Amino acid sequence: MDSKQKVLMKGNEALAEAAIQAGCHHFFGYPITPQTEVAAYMAKRLPKIGGTYLQAESEVAAINMVYGAAAAGVRAMTSSSSPGISLKSEGISYMAASDLPCLIVNVQRGSPGLGGIQPSQADYWQATRAPGHGDLHILVFAPASIQEMVDMVFKAFELADTYRMPAMIFADGMLGQMMEPVVFPEKEVKQFDKFSWATCGHQGKRKHNIVNSLILQPDELERLVVERFKRYEVVKANHTECEEYLLDDAEYVIVAYGATSRIAKSAINAARDKGIKVGLIRPKTLWPYPSGVVAKAAEHAKAFMSVEMSMGQMVDDVRLAVNGKVPVYFFGHTGGIVPTPFEVLEQIEKMAGGAL
Amino acid sequence: MAVVYERPKALLDVPTHYCPGCTHGIIHKLVAQVIDELGIEGKTIGIAPVGCAVMAYDYFACDMVEAAHGRAPAIATGIKRSLPDSVVFTYQGDGDLAAIGTAETVHSATRGENITIIFVNNGIYGMTGGQMAPTTLPGMVTQTTPYGRDVSIAGFPVRVCEMLSTLSGVAYAERVAVDAVPNILKAKAAIKKAFTCQIEKKGFSIVEVLSTCPTNWGMTPVEAMQWLRDNMMPYYPLGVYVDKTEKGVRP
Repeated sequence: MDSKQKVLMKGNEALAEAAIQAGCHHFFGYPITPQTEVAAYMAKRLPKIGGTYLQAESEVAAINMVYGAAAAGVRAMTSSSSPGISLKSEGISYMAASDLPCLIVNVQRGSPGLGGIQPSQADYWQATRAPGHGDLHILVFAPASIQEMVDMVFKAFELADTYRMPAMIFADGMLGQMMEPVVFPEKEVKQFDKFSWATCGHQGKRKHNIVNSLILQPDELERLVVERFKRYEVVKANHTECEEYLLDDAEYVIVAYGATSRIAKSAINAARDKGIKVGLIRPKTLWPYPSGVVAKAAEHAKAFMSVEMSMGQMVDDVRLAVNGKVPVYFFGHTGGIVPTPFEVLEQIEKMAGGAL
Repeated sequence: MAVVYERPKALLDVPTHYCPGCTHGIIHKLVAQVIDELGIEGKTIGIAPVGCAVMAYDYFACDMVEAAHGRAPAIATGIKRSLPDSVVFTYQGDGDLAAIGTAETVHSATRGENITIIFVNNGIYGMTGGQMAPTTLPGMVTQTTPYGRDVSIAGFPVRVCEMLSTLSGVAYAERVAVDAVPNILKAKAAIKKAFTCQIEKKGFSIVEVLSTCPTNWGMTPVEAMQWLRDNMMPYYPLGVYVDKTEKGVRP
């Protein structure tokens, strides 16, 4: 593909192409709607460039194949949707604990349980609080457009390799399924020398490497977890990202991410036309969360509202950052229902009118 | 003075955590000897299981990965697909391979992954203190079958080599035992053949090793060896179940 060209692509396919261009030639997956096209695209493209597409016997096996590939030192990824991510959580915990980089894509669908196949953001708690058992974090990127999804794939791989931790593209059925024009960045992919830690065969050149998460001595396990959390602090300080929209004079602040933030923007524009001073904070990274920007906005705003495709999950992070200074409201739909701009506008008007 | 016997280089000179009389030591040694003889330590990656051999990563001199319970063949697949010229082996017990990891075992086999599985079958979960394994024999007393394994409740033991022998991706499957020197020598030959099969990219290879667990069987090591011969061998006959090492499994 000519990378300078602007092309119209489906989100899932653009994501897959971006991963390939970012140097990921090893994909392990299992079929699930609505991320199907990621795997289909990989199955078509990877054999042509000497890469590996492998359909695993389960989501559990797929993430462990990624574990193996990452341990061997290559860029690897898997893609799934909500119920499948739950199955991968074991492997995600092991990878985080073994300091292995990889990319995990969650094209979220309605849940809990088998749920539905329409867009959702109800895996927020899972992605940001407990992507697996134990004290750990993964990088969570929340794109709001296909272009941003493409850009974030490059960034996710680079940061995953830099900090040796799993990264997630946290999309939803809407972003995965819709088409938008996209330009692939002409980016030199940064190379990482992993021989010093990867289990790629010591070739008689170094001591044997061990990729492992079993640490039986509590003091040693604590030390390693604390070390890892120091690294997390560096990530927080340097790689927290958000977009601020009409925030400078905002009396009311909407916080929304991903597809929902676009709907919120439409509603904010409409509210501005009606004279309501409302702005948007759009987290681009959900972990690390842009708490600082939210806290700063809380110094002048009268109220916040988190708009999500869930029963209210990110609203917890907004409340933590606002820390009781002003009211924090929530509006959303769950189960695969996408909020409309009209609904959000109505909520903004109520909030501004003191009716919430 | 000529050295006639020494520790294989692929086995590190460190104390192991295995119980006295346990046969893991023998099997580790055989794997390490084969790695030495084939000269492949530098390009070999081993995968340790969850179970008694969980800390095998500290004992082998090659690069090692510690897997989640049952996932070793999936991890092996990921490594091998990334580094096709490496030599990848998993070292797994019966609970790991034939219970929680059955899917990974069966599917890595049917895909014909060029990996080698060393499957240690002692009919019990050793590390957790002696619970029923998928390979626990009918009537066998364990912590979770205190009245003996009742097949009407707990079902029947899994014969792994027989099961895998129906799959087209398997190039080599043999069951051996480490109860006595002649069988130990056969076991080593089988392990060497399995690694060679992998190096020649002929397909999936597995060596099932009947072994003992004196601690959890509640026997002396010598009694355990005899029990293995009297009870395990009749249910799990030794021998070659698949040998496509000449032609390989791929068309």
